[in-house]
Amino acid sequence: MAAQEIPSVVVAKQHNAILLHAIDEAAVGAGLSIGLPLANARAICPELVVYDADPAADIKTLNDIADWCDRFTPLVALDPPYGLFLDITGCAHLFGGERALLQIVTNALSRRGFAVSAAIAGTSIAARTLTRHASGKIVADGEEAHAIGPLPVAALGADAAITSGLRRAGLKTIGDVAARAHHEITARFGADFTTLLSHALGQGDAPISPRKPLPDYIVEKRFPEPVSTDTVIAMTLQHLARMLVATMDRQGKGARQLEASFFRTDGAVRSIAVDTGRPVTKPEMIDRLFRERLDSLNDPLDPGFGFDLIRLAAGRTEIVVQQQRDLDATVHDNDELSALIDRIAARIGGKRVVVHLPLESHIPERSALAVPAQHHLAAAAQASWPERVAGEPPLRPLRLFDRPEPIKVPFATVPDGAPHQFTWRRALHAVVRVEGPERIAMEWWKQDGKSLTRDYFRVEDAEGQRFWIFRDGLYENELRDEAGEPVSANWYVHGLFA
Amino acid sequence: MNGARTNTLASLRGSIARIEAPSEANMPNRVALGHASADAMLRGGLAAAALHEVFAGGHQGGAATGFIAGLAGLLSPRRPLVWVRQDFSDLESGALSMNGLAELGLDPRLLVTVRAADVEAALRTTADALACDALGAVVLEVWGNVRQLDLVASRKLTLAAQASGVTALLLRIAATPIPSTAETRWIVRAAHSPPGPAAGGWGAPRFDAELVRNRHGPVGRWIMEWKSDECLFSEPSAYPQPVAAAPAHRPHPAQGGAERRLAG
Repeated sequence: MAAQEIPSVVVAKQHNAILLHAIDEAAVGAGLSIGLPLANARAICPELVVYDADPAADIKTLNDIADWCDRFTPLVALDPPYGLFLDITGCAHLFGGERALLQIVTNALSRRGFAVSAAIAGTSIAARTLTRHASGKIVADGEEAHAIGPLPVAALGADAAITSGLRRAGLKTIGDVAARAHHEITARFGADFTTLLSHALGQGDAPISPRKPLPDYIVEKRFPEPVSTDTVIAMTLQHLARMLVATMDRQGKGARQLEASFFRTDGAVRSIAVDTGRPVTKPEMIDRLFRERLDSLNDPLDPGFGFDLIRLAAGRTEIVVQQQRDLDATVHDNDELSALIDRIAARIGGKRVVVHLPLESHIPERSALAVPAQHHLAAAAQASWPERVAGEPPLRPLRLFDRPEPIKVPFATVPDGAPHQFTWRRALHAVVRVEGPERIAMEWWKQDGKSLTRDYFRVEDAEGQRFWIFRDGLYENELRDEAGEPVSANWYVHGLFA
Repeated sequence: MNGARTNTLASLRGSIARIEAPSEANMPNRVALGHASADAMLRGGLAAAALHEVFAGGHQGGAATGFIAGLAGLLSPRRPLVWVRQDFSDLESGALSMNGLAELGLDPRLLVTVRAADVEAALRTTADALACDALGAVVLEVWGNVRQLDLVASRKLTLAAQASGVTALLLRIAATPIPSTAETRWIVRAAHSPPGPAAGGWGAPRFDAELVRNRHGPVGRWIMEWKSDECLFSEPSAYPQPVAAAPAHRPHPAQGGAERRLAG
């Protein structure tokens, strides 16, 4: 070392002791190792620079790297705390082969200051084992046992207890362990370890769990020179939309969920998703949905130094049913309406555009359910709402408060009767017309023990305003305190009639 | 200002008016409210493909909602209705109840509700929805006085409504009227309802609807009754049952109501 670098370490508290969590090269040179207590480390190397570990930030960084890796394959899985699995089946040739791909990944990450070890193998566990002690290696299918045999058992990444147990048993390399009979190893170290071992040796594979579900269709455009102007981005999206539609069209599919990903040269990735109520089969519609979405972003797309890859993926697709569109007016109307709902949803969010479905409940606030219009438009159009009784005045209010609003009833009325006046939102209302009570009991089969039976009254005040008010609880048995003495009732306004 | 300039201004104004006024050939079709004298005043009814405003005091939200729901039902029978509202209007004046809509004879199946986070989003969504000719009407509900709903915004809505033939209805609770391009503007209050079939109960909803602006005719004020069965407004009908005697210790409801209305 030319200039004596000052070793720096990251420490974390484990079992009430502050231990070294991660160390840099200078620290290794000074003779420190991971797991050493900080006090010992300071004794060895007093000028040590110490940082606190931040596991949440570590995971976030790992996720950011995984985002960046999405450009190589859609199947990226996390292997916390420090690992990533990339399933590059069928992807390597796009980057000039496995070796070139490995080079690209390693170089790019090293340039950003990460210490990288990477390997390619037929199974995920074999590849992970290789990265720990034989970085940069590419092992063809079927040669895992040969490649992995000479590695030390620690490379398997099993529990520290198992690793030290194996070492104490004199089994130094993975090959030594594999040479033993299976049942001996299982009896001593458990079945999980045997499975791990066989996966590492290429016998069977543990499936990786990718971070994102695999989209049905992906189209993407790479740029040798990063692009950053809005025009180019918009044109690229249009172009990708046409490509995507052409691909889907061949199989008679339309997209229900679309995601555009913008990969920045500095590694940041921005993904924007839109959902649609009906399968989209027109590039113009895809284009329009993304324009709506991009327009409404609180933090607009920041190209930084430019995007070098733009990808459009159809996350979910559906088979498109062809309909005669020109003659039937209702089909046209339905198409227009669902296209409108998609556009609004793309801009302000799917949960904000709702249709209403009836619920089987006599509790007023639970008698209707608002559901996203994109997914339930057809169901809502066929819902059966309670029929109104011809000739009757309205029995239910037009506006209903989610939370009934407390009102003040100034003096006691006849038990079970309606009040003569009440105060709601600081205004006094004199009651001139009353109809009721309509008794609505809570759903006893769901009762939390607190909901009381309600007596509802339809009242009209001196100004002609019509309210739906209720008294919470029955005088005869519910409105009693623990000693059995009657307590005063609470009154609420629950709705306003037209 | 000299005469020549005034003339130029006048001729320009005239040509703008000619451009803006829909020609006789595609005069918006009018939908009768059912209330004879109001329809006569409106020359046959409420113009479709235009903007109409309904104002109400903060505590008259129920009546105004009922009135505008009635208008929407008249203007778009059997066609989808988009109701755009802000998040907090649920808290201020309650959420729209589907059972309540059905009780008024309107179809909850045709309703699509948009809950916008702010006025800008609500306005933009309304303009978008107005461009969609599959709809019958679009209701925009805005609570309180808002800066964004100015003359420009209302002109945008009017133009969008004219282009597509969809009617725009603006419900303004707790707001004061400001200049706009609306075809009509109403101030709605609750009116005393007739006695209903049940003892002491009320009958059909009645509104005290005041037409305060009418671009193409005179204004007026009427008591309208909503007929849920026919989905129409009508003159308050006379009911054969005797009215329940008013309690002696309180003033007669009709008199009290009138005085209070003047005050508020």
